[in-house]
Amino acid sequence: MSAEASAINMAARASIWLKPHRIVLILIALALVLCAAFFMRWDWLPQYWEMGLMGIWRALWILAVTCALGFALAVPLGLAQAGGPIWFSAPAKVFCTIIRGTPLLLQLWLLYYGLGSIFPQYPWIRESWLWPYLRQAWPYGVVALTLSFAGYEGEVMRGAFAGVPRGQLEAARAFGMSRWKIFRRIWLPQAFYRALPTLTGETVLQLKSTPLVATISVIDIFAVSSKVRQDTYLTYEPLLLLALIYMTITGILVFAFSRIEARIPVKIG
Amino acid sequence: MELLSPVAPGWGGTLLVGLLHSIEIAIGATCLGLMIGTAGAFGKLYGGPVTRDLLAIYTTVVRAVPELVLILLLYYAGTDLINQVLTAMGYQRVDISGLAAGIFVLGFVQGAYSTEVIRGAILAIPQGQIEAARAYGMSPGLMLRRVTVPAMLPFALPGLANLWLIATKDTALLAVVGFFELTLATRQAAGVTKAYLIFYLAAGALYLALSLFSNLVIGRVEAWSRRGMPSVKEAR
Repeated sequence: MSAEASAINMAARASIWLKPHRIVLILIALALVLCAAFFMRWDWLPQYWEMGLMGIWRALWILAVTCALGFALAVPLGLAQAGGPIWFSAPAKVFCTIIRGTPLLLQLWLLYYGLGSIFPQYPWIRESWLWPYLRQAWPYGVVALTLSFAGYEGEVMRGAFAGVPRGQLEAARAFGMSRWKIFRRIWLPQAFYRALPTLTGETVLQLKSTPLVATISVIDIFAVSSKVRQDTYLTYEPLLLLALIYMTITGILVFAFSRIEARIPVKIG
Repeated sequence: MELLSPVAPGWGGTLLVGLLHSIEIAIGATCLGLMIGTAGAFGKLYGGPVTRDLLAIYTTVVRAVPELVLILLLYYAGTDLINQVLTAMGYQRVDISGLAAGIFVLGFVQGAYSTEVIRGAILAIPQGQIEAARAYGMSPGLMLRRVTVPAMLPFALPGLANLWLIATKDTALLAVVGFFELTLATRQAAGVTKAYLIFYLAAGALYLALSLFSNLVIGRVEAWSRRGMPSVKEAR
């Protein structure tokens, strides 16, 4: 597309967006932001700035790791439920039901307080190389969030695997592909394309679950804001900033996923 | 095992009271959310441009910010606001009960999600049905009661059922602000007796039982709302 045409396109889009009432709303929003900037207390920001960045980084890191591991676990879970024999599909189904039927906060506390109180009773665990990790809080958070993501996404992948037309798989077999090759080249990619729109939603949900790890003393951005609130006795300022940070991350995530989705052919199956 | 017995030395009774509080809040929040959601969906579909934009901001913001943050914000902001209004009007400050605050906060969050669910369900109704109702000269209220709600129910119920399950699990988040529900009851019982694993497993079983029981009821209600419609299996 030429630069001229894209400029016209932009202008048309802007005119759809900027109607009179929207301009008024934007002005009101700006006024609110300015009020917040001037009349609320922000003098604590320089002091906690670095800690906040550290917290954001940690939250994003937990999000990335748990989503990747959770998805890797969700593929076999979905596959087992979609086309596995009963002794694979039944445990997978039970796992998904349990994860989806109980609150994440309870799972987290079950792992951290429950298992965390059991482990020290066994000397061989305390002597193993895992012990330095098991004494910290973040592995429990990562495990709980990973299992939760796997449970929800496993159900999605079940539908995605089942939704791939039989003809595709039969055609692949007619080509003489091995079972592993069929899975790798046909079944998994097509199921993944099907699951991609829901993957966006699940990732945003996962982002919104990450602050729960603050309740088991992992210092993510939520824990930083709690610390600011305790130190300065301010109620609203840290929370409002925290909400803004999460909204920004959500916006970036949704935008990134929409770019990935746009690169994938619409017509499948 | 004696730890879980419902009478005095055991903590089973405490857990059950916690479960009852959780269910109360979930029911209250879902009802409030349904009211907000219905109003919000109609505002989004038939409202003026300002109403639509404001509702879009509401649903976007609530769905983009973690529930935990919203709960803290609304919990403090809500109780603060009520007390300021009361003192401005010359009344005494009141302590907002945890139950009311929890229902309000979770209902506000649920409202955003159910707005989207109900909006989608109304859009899925064949347009001719609503036009026909208008052509009969039905008032908006009558149309809502006789045509829109019954026709949208089969489309809305799966989403709303999902929201109910989310509501039952979101009540656990209120433990963080110190409201006594199942998760906090569990934490207290476990903290006192040091039998962490047993109590968390028991609480998990209670939540799971609630979810499974809800699924059973939801299946019945969905079948009822779809009565007279062709089955999906036959349509294929």
